[in-house]
Amino acid sequence: MYDGGKILAGLAIFVLIFTFPFWYNIGNAAYQRPKLEKPKEKNCVESVEFMRADHMQLLNEWRDEYVREHITTYKSHLTGKKIRISLTKTCLKCHPNRDKFCDKCHASLAVSPYCWDCHVTPKGDSNEK
Amino acid sequence: MKSNRRQFLATLGITALGWSLFPNLLKAAEATSGHSLKGKRWAMVIDTKKLTVEIMEKCIRACNKAHNIPHIPDKKEVKWIWIETFHHLFPGQMGDKTHVSEYPEKKSLCLCNHCENPPCVRVCPTKATFQREDGIVMMDFHRCIGCRYCMAACPFGSRSFNFYDPRKFLKEENPNFPTRTKGVVEKCLFCYERIDEGKKPYCVEAAEGAIYFGDLNDPHSEVRKVLAERYAITRKPELGTFPCVYYLI
Repeated sequence: MYDGGKILAGLAIFVLIFTFPFWYNIGNAAYQRPKLEKPKEKNCVESVEFMRADHMQLLNEWRDEYVREHITTYKSHLTGKKIRISLTKTCLKCHPNRDKFCDKCHASLAVSPYCWDCHVTPKGDSNEK
Repeated sequence: MKSNRRQFLATLGITALGWSLFPNLLKAAEATSGHSLKGKRWAMVIDTKKLTVEIMEKCIRACNKAHNIPHIPDKKEVKWIWIETFHHLFPGQMGDKTHVSEYPEKKSLCLCNHCENPPCVRVCPTKATFQREDGIVMMDFHRCIGCRYCMAACPFGSRSFNFYDPRKFLKEENPNFPTRTKGVVEKCLFCYERIDEGKKPYCVEAAEGAIYFGDLNDPHSEVRKVLAERYAITRKPELGTFPCVYYLI
């Protein structure tokens, strides 16, 4: 093999850089799901698993249905009840504190949705500039 | 069942006839039954004789507070409903002395006209501004990219652009209505959120009977009654936008 040493050294450096996230985090605690402030109401709009994974899609659908198609209610697949489509008048009634609910996961997963640029939260606006 | 060529051709002919007629029959059925039922057309009638400066300011305060409208004192102001003089409201109509006998400096209220033929809707490249079935010229703030075509298209100056972050100019925020962000155009939305609750717009409520609100398609509605009784004008009728805000003079 011509220039074997250089190639092997290059490969070693490449592997080292490529696996940087793995060995940099050795010894750190594993990711833990943040503890959220739970509301008194037992049932959310849909099941907990659905809300955890897909609340953003649901919110996007609600947004378009209410603003553009003027559909004001949503039928829950969980309870069968008709729920008013509104971020501030439905979601925030049970989860009023943004700091203790929304931002907990959003911060730990490093996502910054722009809902709060316009929509006003009753409590927990401490992240405001 | 045995079939011969003659029967087959006849079936084919009848099928083709049915195929061509059926969609048109469906359409005709829709046109006769559905349209008149859902035919709401929201309109506002402003009684310029009853309006005083105090009432107008009350209306504006009620609207501004409920809709989180920032108070910006310079030319980059944001306004949904505001006070304007007659010769600014009705240019070209002030010469009609038989009907418009008011002096040019008389003040009245001014807001989005919710035109039946809205030029702002036609120019919006993202369909952020659109017309609802009940006639409200609605804004989807999520979609607005701040190009300001609508502001250039609106002949009534009903639209404002957010040059600043509006939250910096708000003393208190109403959590039930969103604020807007910098770079978004806004205007009066005929209190669509109040209509959903079966209430009348904030300005109508604050106006102590000087503003009427109702369904223009319903011949028994309050707005139709006042429009039948008194002479009313709209702003810039020569442009053919067909405003749904009428002024009793």
